[in-house]
Amino acid sequence: MSMLIKFIAVSIASGTPILFGTLGEIITEKVGHLNLGVEGMMAIGACAGFMVGMSTDSFLLALLAAFAAGAFAALIYAVLTVTFMANQNVTGLTLTIFGVGFANFCGYYAIGKSESGTLKLPENITAQMRNINIEGLSDIPVIGPLLFSYNPFVYIGIVTALLLWFYLRRTKTGLNTRAIGENPAAADAAGIKVTKWKYINICLGGGICGIGGAYTIMIINKGVWISDCVGGLGWIAVALVIFAGWSPVKAIFGSFIFGALRQLKYYVPAAITIPGAFYDMLPYLITTIVLIATSIRTSREKSQPEACGTNYFREER
Amino acid sequence: MADKRKENFAIECVGITKRFGSVLANDHIDLQVRNGEVLALLGENGSGKTTLMNMLSGIYHPDEGSIFVNGEEAVINSPTDASELGIGMIHQHFKLVDVFSAMENIVLGTKEKYEKPAVLEEKINAICDKFGLEIDARKKVYNMSVSEKQTVEILKVLYRGANVLILDEPTAVLTPQETEKLFRILRNMKAQGNAVIIITHKLNEVLEISDRVTILRKGQSIDTVETKDCDANQLTELMVGRPVSLEIERPIMDEVGTILSCKNVTIKKADGTIGVRNLNFDMKTGEILGVAGVAGSGQKELCEGIAGLLKAECGEIHYEGKNIVGKTPEEIINLGISMSFVPEDRLGMGLVASMGMVENMLLKTYKKGKGPFLVRKPARSLAEKLVKKLGIVTSSVDTPVRFMSGGNVQKVLLGREIESNPKVLITAYPVRGLDINSSYTIYDLLNEQKKKDVAVLYVGEDLDVLLELCDRILVLCHGEITGIVDAEETTKEEIGLMMTGESVKKEA
Repeated sequence: MSMLIKFIAVSIASGTPILFGTLGEIITEKVGHLNLGVEGMMAIGACAGFMVGMSTDSFLLALLAAFAAGAFAALIYAVLTVTFMANQNVTGLTLTIFGVGFANFCGYYAIGKSESGTLKLPENITAQMRNINIEGLSDIPVIGPLLFSYNPFVYIGIVTALLLWFYLRRTKTGLNTRAIGENPAAADAAGIKVTKWKYINICLGGGICGIGGAYTIMIINKGVWISDCVGGLGWIAVALVIFAGWSPVKAIFGSFIFGALRQLKYYVPAAITIPGAFYDMLPYLITTIVLIATSIRTSREKSQPEACGTNYFREER
Repeated sequence: MADKRKENFAIECVGITKRFGSVLANDHIDLQVRNGEVLALLGENGSGKTTLMNMLSGIYHPDEGSIFVNGEEAVINSPTDASELGIGMIHQHFKLVDVFSAMENIVLGTKEKYEKPAVLEEKINAICDKFGLEIDARKKVYNMSVSEKQTVEILKVLYRGANVLILDEPTAVLTPQETEKLFRILRNMKAQGNAVIIITHKLNEVLEISDRVTILRKGQSIDTVETKDCDANQLTELMVGRPVSLEIERPIMDEVGTILSCKNVTIKKADGTIGVRNLNFDMKTGEILGVAGVAGSGQKELCEGIAGLLKAECGEIHYEGKNIVGKTPEEIINLGISMSFVPEDRLGMGLVASMGMVENMLLKTYKKGKGPFLVRKPARSLAEKLVKKLGIVTSSVDTPVRFMSGGNVQKVLLGREIESNPKVLITAYPVRGLDINSSYTIYDLLNEQKKKDVAVLYVGEDLDVLLELCDRILVLCHGEITGIVDAEETTKEEIGLMMTGESVKKEA
């Protein structure tokens, strides 16, 4: 029993970086832009969060830096695709290659300068990233570990998802935003500033991805710098957008399922001897199956925003 | 001029000029519309009607000239500006978000706060009552008929408090009954002091609804006339620039025999939903069989089913006594069944836009050549023959077809199909977007085929044309045949009813 609760708890934590990536991509696709640069934006966010955290020793500043760096990477994408009408797929892929490479480059450079040959966040900041422990609450059996035992990122992620849901579903701005992704010409004719809102949402999405990147370096790697720290999570996030049917709330559950898949190998009984590589492959295998299964789905509301992937040019008829 | 402006027109355009690159779309156009009147804007395709209206609604910005709204000069830089001035435009292609409900579409982009659906619904219903509109505010747009979508578009404009309404070809996709309903709404609006501008090229509608007509030709405003003082012939002459006969001939053939018959044919669309269900009809030699129906009623599936592009789920298509279901498109072409389908974007099917006429001819004949190399000579002479015969305007037969005007492209497409000497010719929307002259050339081409004992299937939009050109008319509604009637004995109203699903027993 305690094993199961522990498994659920680590799954939820493990799914959190994917959740950030998915949320960022959902809000980007809602304005009609398919940004395949999630992996790159997460890498840049990780790098910026780490470097700022190391030099300022402030968790909050590190988070802000991760957000700002992700948003800046997304801004590059936005300038190219919204303003210059570049192909979205190519731009996104390039952003991934650039982002990962740039983060690794910064890492190498910093390691070269350090005396010990490794980079590690100072003790003060790692203390703030640990799982919370609220007197009384965290000790309640079952509920304690399931609700009050995570690192701060998990709570930020869930609150972000709920806020995004509220924004998209319950506000006028959200309605306008969704209209842009479905039919930018209709939104334009209704007097919505299409370009402005595309920029805002794409950058916001990039910022959220950046925080997910910070998670990978601060929690998964426990504050020690390594290259390629995002390690493909960004790609799972892109696929999870489809699995979640473009709904931020469903993304919470989807990301926890994938978190569970990533943790499974540590929790299977020792008697079952399947090679560890199989478990590493599992999230990607499930992603493939999910993509095939969801492509059969026909509901109009739960499908990709209609104009997603095509740039909008007003005078084109 | 100064005296006139004192009259305070709802909208007055003075010397409006708009260029797209080197093309002069609007050349010093003058136009006035009063409050409480319906002004028709008449002109052939490419005469600059839509461009002019797009400038009033803030999509484009004029290069020269000024616009006065209620006597005051106005600068309209965006759709928001237009809506603040009380100008609302209903575009030819609806600008609606499919996955949104009617009311979400209506409030989209407005400045007010987010309102509870119930409050909103009440507001919308109040507007509906005022002008005699009907809508289910919670219905999703993708579940709506064309006419309902148009109602949403009108409501969108009225909700923003527009008192000048511009409609771009509003009746092109409506049944006669729906058109009547729309006109009642427009008359209501006019009675309440609003100004209405309606763009159309259907003369009978101009005569029915408008108070005055402004005629545009090649980007210039030719004349403005009182509707009650003129008739269809005069308007055509003003529009085309010379007298044109509006008669479509219908040669009567003596011997007709069945060449193709569909029995209980059901065809699914590409997305798996039913396209057409249980079709039973015959095509006869020396006859033009018209197909009428609201857009998307299964016309495309019917054509593609016969041509072999979609496979019939069940049922049989007999051609000269043999079942052709399951044959490949190539085998069907070789049997003598030819299709020319002109989709909405006109180039999407049948021709390759970046290829010249010669290469487009080769697409259909390259297999006849021996060996792996292309033989261009026959294709070139065929292309040259078509240019001469159909009066196609192009700088050379090697010029990519995308540089040709819509009418010429359609002549190339239809001409190529006809040159393969088909026994069955399927044409869908061959006059889509064509001016009057080109349309009549196409009608003549079809009649010529009919005289050669070809069975022609003509899918069309304009009921007046269907009634004059075709021998029998098959009416589709939601993928089912609601009637096959003799064109001589039926009326527009009867076909309109069948298009909305009222089955008529009479078979021809």
